Amino acid sequence: MSTTDQGPPDSGPDWETIQQSAEFTQLRRRLRGFVFPMTVAFLLWYLLYVLLSDYAHGFMGTKVVGNINIGLIFGLLQFVSTFVITSLYVRHANRHLDPVAEKIRHDVEGDAK
Amino acid sequence: MNLAAGIEGSNVGLNIGIFSLFVVITLFIVFRASRTSKTAVDYYAAGHSFTGMQNGVAISGDYLSAASFLGIAGAIAAYGYDGFLYSIGFLVAWLIALLLVAELLRNTGKYTMGDVLAFRMRQRPVRAAAATSTLVVSFFYLLAQMAGAGGLIALLLGISDKGGQAGVIAIVGAIMILYVIIGGMRGTTWVQIIKATLLIIGAAVMTVWVLKEYGFNLSSLLGDAVAKGGEAGEKLLNPGAQYGLTGTTRIDFVSLALALVLGTAGLPHILMRFYTVPTAKEARKSVVWAIWLIGVFYLFTLVLGYGAGALVGPEVITDPATPGGTNSAAPLLAYELGGTVLLGIIAAVAFATILAVVAGLTITASASFAHDIYANIIKKGAVDDKAQEVKVARITAVVIGAVAIVGGIVANGQNIAFLVALAFAVAASANLPTILYSLFWKRFNTSGALWSIYGGLTVCIVLIVFSPAVSGKPINPKTGKSASMFQNVDFHWFPLDNPGLVSIPVAFLLGYLGTIISKDRGDAKKFAEMEVRSLTGAGSEKAVVH
Repeated sequence: MSTTDQGPPDSGPDWETIQQSAEFTQLRRRLRGFVFPMTVAFLLWYLLYVLLSDYAHGFMGTKVVGNINIGLIFGLLQFVSTFVITSLYVRHANRHLDPVAEKIRHDVEGDAK
Repeated sequence: MNLAAGIEGSNVGLNIGIFSLFVVITLFIVFRASRTSKTAVDYYAAGHSFTGMQNGVAISGDYLSAASFLGIAGAIAAYGYDGFLYSIGFLVAWLIALLLVAELLRNTGKYTMGDVLAFRMRQRPVRAAAATSTLVVSFFYLLAQMAGAGGLIALLLGISDKGGQAGVIAIVGAIMILYVIIGGMRGTTWVQIIKATLLIIGAAVMTVWVLKEYGFNLSSLLGDAVAKGGEAGEKLLNPGAQYGLTGTTRIDFVSLALALVLGTAGLPHILMRFYTVPTAKEARKSVVWAIWLIGVFYLFTLVLGYGAGALVGPEVITDPATPGGTNSAAPLLAYELGGTVLLGIIAAVAFATILAVVAGLTITASASFAHDIYANIIKKGAVDDKAQEVKVARITAVVIGAVAIVGGIVANGQNIAFLVALAFAVAASANLPTILYSLFWKRFNTSGALWSIYGGLTVCIVLIVFSPAVSGKPINPKTGKSASMFQNVDFHWFPLDNPGLVSIPVAFLLGYLGTIISKDRGDAKKFAEMEVRSLTGAGSEKAVVH
């Protein structure tokens, strides 16, 4: 283990070349292409829920089945969407991110040692 | 109801007995874990050797504090739907940790948040800033937990005088310090795992029990909660009972919701947990486990809250004579369902929860001080003797533990949920903007990091100090006291209790301005290295094999 926290010494891999490689730019595009839109989507969805709970009491209080009202269903849907996004991300990472990341890591670490 | 006797039907001997059993078992495990906790990487990050699943359970242990369990169940029982809003914010927040933070952080750091910032910026100033905000957030969070311990003691052990409660807070704090200095991160993680398992199983058993009483029909459970609520009962199912009163409280609610959803991924004790696993992939797995466990647990609290409303009744729970106030909803429900024994078990679990969360916070704060301030600022990264650094961390843990005990005794009786919400607001303002900029923005530099951390922290704390939560709320005719922290003074000028709506955007803006104003263009090489490492895990810290 190195005593500083600055990572490997300068004689290590050429990070800028790797950063500009086609493989790495593809990995970055795949990661950002998934996580950025998804973050915007779930934040908007959450904000919609918060604003409805805050300003549309009548609507949220509308009963649907028995004592179950729209507010409760909306709240439970926030749980569902969180679980669904989690599963989607795991699938995306397993299929599209991990294989590329592993390949680059192998190349870099093989080269550094 | 007799105050001095705690909850009616509570068997103090039994409560203490079950809790002592938990302490004995966990201390034994912590001692075993200590045999392999010799080096800095063991003390701070458990040798990066836990599995994703183990760490996921431990994360839920760290996250599901007494405020979540007792606080949310109580809030749902007393205010209905508005209590549920907290749990949704607390859960959705995990998506930010999953998508944007956990894996990249694991790949670029070693022990603390300061590591990530120091990667491509000037070490000493950014580490000092990161350590400052870590200590502040941990302090608010610690205070919340310790303040809650006092009420819990009144509730469960029947100790109603402040002196006796202070004694028990000191004992709880001392046990927690033992866990941390003996077991380090490895021991603390095992305590979290055991506690999370007990808490989730306990809540699951009670949930099934409540649902069984209503033939597994949620609608009839809600109906009964409404019927028990009397005149105000119908409101329990609708949002707005707590926050819908005036225009200001509505904006306050938006502010709270923002802090909850953006705070989690900036909580230092959560960030540090990502370093206890060997790879980014295991960090991802641990967040996935945490999301499922935390989500299911909050669904349980929904049933428990309305269950307490239906079976115990809000008039008992909100009665000022009930020890522990609305926090008593879950324990009262346990007694209603399973008598003294179930109450004893739930009481012990609640205690274990406070103990474990406080231990997690203490190790984080001590690691930040020893690693960021002592090793990298005072010793300039040249600590020859790693054992010396761990020794400093242990001493810091004792000091922080002592501060937590004193703070807990002073803050005894303050509103737990409010203090926790403040910790989230500070984390969202001071930490999250810096972490995100650092991971994703090439141009970001030292000046931007300092502006967003110190700026976010300052704005957040100033707004809290001058908020109605601290001074100037009207006196409640029922209790004869103001709901503010200080009585009989009014120096507030900020209208909201929760600063997040202002402080979070300001912190993001300051980080941006600080960056573009500075001539520092950033080190392109360092950013290339950081970006490649963060996305691929190349050159990341590996697990230690014993």
